[in-house]
Amino acid sequence: MEENILELRDVRTHFPIHKGFLVRRRTGAVRAVDGVTLSVRQGEVLGLVGESGCGKSTLARTILHLVPITGGAVILHGRDLGRASRAELLACRRDLQMIFQDPYASLNPRMTVHAMIAEPLLAHGICSKKDVQGRVDELMTLVGLAPRFARKYPHEFSGGQRQRIAIARALALRPRIIIADEPVSALDVSIQAQILNLLSQLCRGMNLSLVFIAHDLSVVRHISDRIAVMYLGRIVELGPAEDVIDRPRHPYTRALVSAIPVPDPGVERARKRIVLPGDPPSPINPPQGCAFHPRCPYAVDRCRLEVPLLAPAGPSREAACIRLDELP
Amino acid sequence: MPLLRVTDLRTHFHTRNGVYRAVDGVSFSVERGETLGMVGESGSGKSVTCYSIMGLVPQPPGRIESGSAMFDGVDLLRCSPGEARSVRGKRIAMVFQDPMTSLNPYLRISEQLIEPLLIHESVTRREALRQAHGMLEAVGINDAGHRIHFYPHEFSGGMRQRVMIAMALITRPELLIADEPTTALDVTVQAQILELIRSLQRELGMAVIYVTHDLGVVAGLCDRVQVMYAGRIVEEADADRLFREPLHPYTRALQRSIPSLQAKGRELFTIPGAPPDVSKPLPGCAFAPRCGFAADACTAGVPELAEAAPGHSHACIRARAGEIGPDA
Repeated sequence: MEENILELRDVRTHFPIHKGFLVRRRTGAVRAVDGVTLSVRQGEVLGLVGESGCGKSTLARTILHLVPITGGAVILHGRDLGRASRAELLACRRDLQMIFQDPYASLNPRMTVHAMIAEPLLAHGICSKKDVQGRVDELMTLVGLAPRFARKYPHEFSGGQRQRIAIARALALRPRIIIADEPVSALDVSIQAQILNLLSQLCRGMNLSLVFIAHDLSVVRHISDRIAVMYLGRIVELGPAEDVIDRPRHPYTRALVSAIPVPDPGVERARKRIVLPGDPPSPINPPQGCAFHPRCPYAVDRCRLEVPLLAPAGPSREAACIRLDELP
Repeated sequence: MPLLRVTDLRTHFHTRNGVYRAVDGVSFSVERGETLGMVGESGSGKSVTCYSIMGLVPQPPGRIESGSAMFDGVDLLRCSPGEARSVRGKRIAMVFQDPMTSLNPYLRISEQLIEPLLIHESVTRREALRQAHGMLEAVGINDAGHRIHFYPHEFSGGMRQRVMIAMALITRPELLIADEPTTALDVTVQAQILELIRSLQRELGMAVIYVTHDLGVVAGLCDRVQVMYAGRIVEEADADRLFREPLHPYTRALQRSIPSLQAKGRELFTIPGAPPDVSKPLPGCAFAPRCGFAADACTAGVPELAEAAPGHSHACIRARAGEIGPDA
């Protein structure tokens, strides 16, 4: 657990905005990810939560270098992916795999399950043609699919089964770390639980690290060892999963936690909910100072001026709020 | 007399691949001012039930095979188109799941907001616009006088859902059908919308049918809940009672699959298998193949929904016989 497998140092991903048709000028940038420093230990499940548009999916894509990085460094196993050559990057990607949100869109409808799981094995030259069949069967069994379905196409499977195919494909290269971008959001509650169990079993069994991205806090609390909360491209709170959800420190995390509906009518009636005004601001023109201050119930003048940095907030916890010690 | 009484509704879809019995014998009623939660997984028939009441089932392939929906003395399933029009959109309104696709992108929201008023009430355009303005303010859109002239794309997801709600409520309906209105939204925005529905309901005294798959939302909002599975209602009770002592094995399983209710680190409880294919004949109880308590008698005949205690009905023969204890 002690070794850091993945390190992010001040990662920034900005998307330029161009105006004009003949003369294209750069007029600004969407600061999707704006200075994220984070580390993932071997065998750890790190939950990444935040509202839509907060940059969590862009961060995932940046880690894999699926979108160009604007600043900072992604360090996998001591190697800076930004400086890696194409060949090195290819090798690194074996250690780093991704599971996408929508199993209806992320699987090629014209490929059989066998072809999809075999593709990475052959592309990376891990298996010879004659060993592929055995390895594919093994992977399908591992994720709870009967190998006799290998010749079927994605449309013949339900959502949960498709997500199992995606997991098998991600595991094919024996990665050290998997990045799962909302892997259960498209699934029904009863199916969600099956996939969550599968993911945590796999992580424990294979000492695999997992970056689990989701907007559903109860799901994240269940599966993660640590949770990072993102708001407008930055991490605002970080700490052990239960601590962050049960005793949130940052005002944004507090609001987020209080917005989760509790499936118990008695509790629901009794508790007070912090309803945040407005929508998350645009990452094109983020507010000055703390990005959360326009919606924060505790904001003071100082919040408009100073950009808060992540600072220690209790045992193995960090939060980015200048008023942390003054909050009720 | 209840405001709406649906009796033995059956909506089937006749396709090339067979007959999908989406709704298969559903009976329920809604009292004035009451909030009824309709819970179930995707494909359980909850949306089709609402569409049938609203006359939105495309025919063909859909066909309403039997049943009635009495709304204040009018059978919505059999009345003349004129009678139906005088009720739908005026006295019963509906809010859909996806605010991105249910507004017309070519029309300013002012036009869309006043349309129901111009159709159902003899008001001038000026008066209709004045009311639309008031309604937008009531749903919490700042600067309504200016924003009423916006197009849908100029609003965020949460704002669009507010516009949808304003549109539905502008004729001051007696019944609002909300079909997963917050599923596409973030938790913080969901909390805003739920608060809005709650306060408007108090103000207007309307009844609400709230369709969702999220038991947490139901707990905070609904007076009464009915749980659907494979086109039928399997359990129906007061919200408090349903959460405190669910009787049907499916309701219990659904409740136990929610991550937040389970100890962290433990394996999540899952319902084995997947929801049934409603195009195939299901002998007996549709849940039996996934049910831990299924016995031979369960597949012998379709269990009827019957009252187990005052105001609490379920459709499980084993629970009725007292063969499933509260801790089982």
